[in-house]
Amino acid sequence: MLSIKNVSFKYNNSNSFVFPDISCQAGSQLLILGESGSGKTTLLNILGGLLAPDKGEVLIDQIPIYSLSGAKLDKFRGNNIGIIFQKPHILGPLTVEENLSLANFFVGKKQSDRISQVLEDLGIGQKRRSLVSTLSEGEAQRLSIARALANDPKVILADEPTASLDDVNASKVIQLLKEQAEKYHAVLIIVTHDQRVKDHFENQTIMGGAL
Amino acid sequence: MNLIKLSWKYLIDKPLNTGLNILLLALGLAIITVLLLIQDQFENKMSRDAEGIDLVVGAKGSPLQLILSSVYHIDFPTGNIDMEEAKSLSKNRLVKNSIPLGMGDNYQGFRIVGTNHDYLELYQVNFQTGQAWQIPFEVVLGNDVAEKLKLKVGDRFVGSHGIGSSSHDHDEHDYVVSGVLEKQNKVLDNLILTSIESVWYTHDEGHDHEKFEQQVVKSGFPESDEPREVTSLLIQYRNPIAAVQLPRFINSRSSLQAASPSFEISRLFELLGVGIKLVQGLAIVIIIISGLGIFIALFNSLKERKYDLAVMRTIGASKGQLFMHIILEGLILTFLGALFGIILGHLFLAFVVYTNEQGALSGLSAWVFLKEEIWILCFALIVGIFASLIPAWNAYRTDIAAQLTR
Repeated sequence: MLSIKNVSFKYNNSNSFVFPDISCQAGSQLLILGESGSGKTTLLNILGGLLAPDKGEVLIDQIPIYSLSGAKLDKFRGNNIGIIFQKPHILGPLTVEENLSLANFFVGKKQSDRISQVLEDLGIGQKRRSLVSTLSEGEAQRLSIARALANDPKVILADEPTASLDDVNASKVIQLLKEQAEKYHAVLIIVTHDQRVKDHFENQTIMGGAL
Repeated sequence: MNLIKLSWKYLIDKPLNTGLNILLLALGLAIITVLLLIQDQFENKMSRDAEGIDLVVGAKGSPLQLILSSVYHIDFPTGNIDMEEAKSLSKNRLVKNSIPLGMGDNYQGFRIVGTNHDYLELYQVNFQTGQAWQIPFEVVLGNDVAEKLKLKVGDRFVGSHGIGSSSHDHDEHDYVVSGVLEKQNKVLDNLILTSIESVWYTHDEGHDHEKFEQQVVKSGFPESDEPREVTSLLIQYRNPIAAVQLPRFINSRSSLQAASPSFEISRLFELLGVGIKLVQGLAIVIIIISGLGIFIALFNSLKERKYDLAVMRTIGASKGQLFMHIILEGLILTFLGALFGIILGHLFLAFVVYTNEQGALSGLSAWVFLKEEIWILCFALIVGIFASLIPAWNAYRTDIAAQLTR
């Protein structure tokens, strides 16, 4: 479903990364551990179709995504990849539900029934008509997960999803991510330096030396 | 969810900013709308009122004043002319028709104009009630006069001396309303019409009640055994040659003055043109400032929104969609600005007409829509596109990864 081969990226001469090859089957889950500055976020951006690597190949669903041009890559990303960031990054002027239906709109889907299902699953169903500014931090993070799921992605990428959460909420979020990925049979890749996440995953890769 | 709704949501997220930009644009466009409306209707009304009048003859003075007083009834007359002289002029072979006018009185600010039935014919009047005057002191009211003064056939009133409303009353003899005209949207709406004899007799010292019962003259000049005066003479040419010969003949060989309505009115618009240009310039400056305001607002909000735009890209928005998203904000702003501007312009004109019942602007209609107003809308939308072009281009170029990791 997802694989990368010989991928490297160079910001400048003193700051360059060579990434380990990765291969994931549909429905599999992978934790990528690494310290700050080890290139985790860079890798996640490359996997998410947000940053083209200097060398190497990124295949999602057998498609080399960086051979797709401009808008096609955008649509592919919207349709197949759900990205969750460390900060929620939700759109302030919109309501909870509109944040999700916007994702549907951008890839040309009709607003799906899936939206209310996902919101229910993540426990923010009763807030669907609320403005984003009225959400608590935990709810906002769950909304950003919900939005990543709105288009039924084949790959879910999460960048430090637990960094700003306490222990209880952190394990809740990890649990949610795992459940949702299993439910929709999607690849789940989490990059983090958060040791609390470690015990939840069997498959792990360590970047930039041992932790 | 769609792009228009998305842009709208972002606009109303900043209500003060959005409101101010719309208001500024609306003000500029309202001025243009008012100018358009006044110019169009004023010119229309002016030419309608002067239809069928080729030349006006009156006492020497300003030709523009003569036209304004005798055709449009807004300025003071230049003086009176001897009736015998006017009579002999009307017999000139170049004159097809001539209608004498006698002025000098008013009732509550509405001018009382003495004339004959040809004048009613000239404007092709229809009577709402009653009929034309038959004997002295019978009057016919323009529709607006009757409405505003609440007068009807059979009512009596006393005229006052002078054109304005504050002079002494002629309390010796009442006027009697014999008819009310239908609404015409012409100058007649605001006039009180009567026979020339009525005007004479109100100003006479002695009272000869026998004369008051005699039928007045319906066409041409009234009979009189003493030297009489009229204020002016409206003339229709017999043929095109008259347009060349008659004004020159009158102006050089008699103590009278001749003025052509069409010539004087185009001269008037030339004079007013400077003022109109000035106001137009002001409106354009306001519109440019509002365009800049929209540009700055979009440009600044974009700095805060690069994050949001990057997030939209991660959930599948293409560069083109983000470009349109920003352009649409500019278009929505200017569309609303234009809409409010046009409405504001019409409201303003309605207010001016309402407060200016007897002036030159009365009889204008505030709720006539011109096709030029479509152009105002298009113009505003073009301003919107230009103002949002650079911000939209910035949105188009947003580097997602760099924005998200910042």
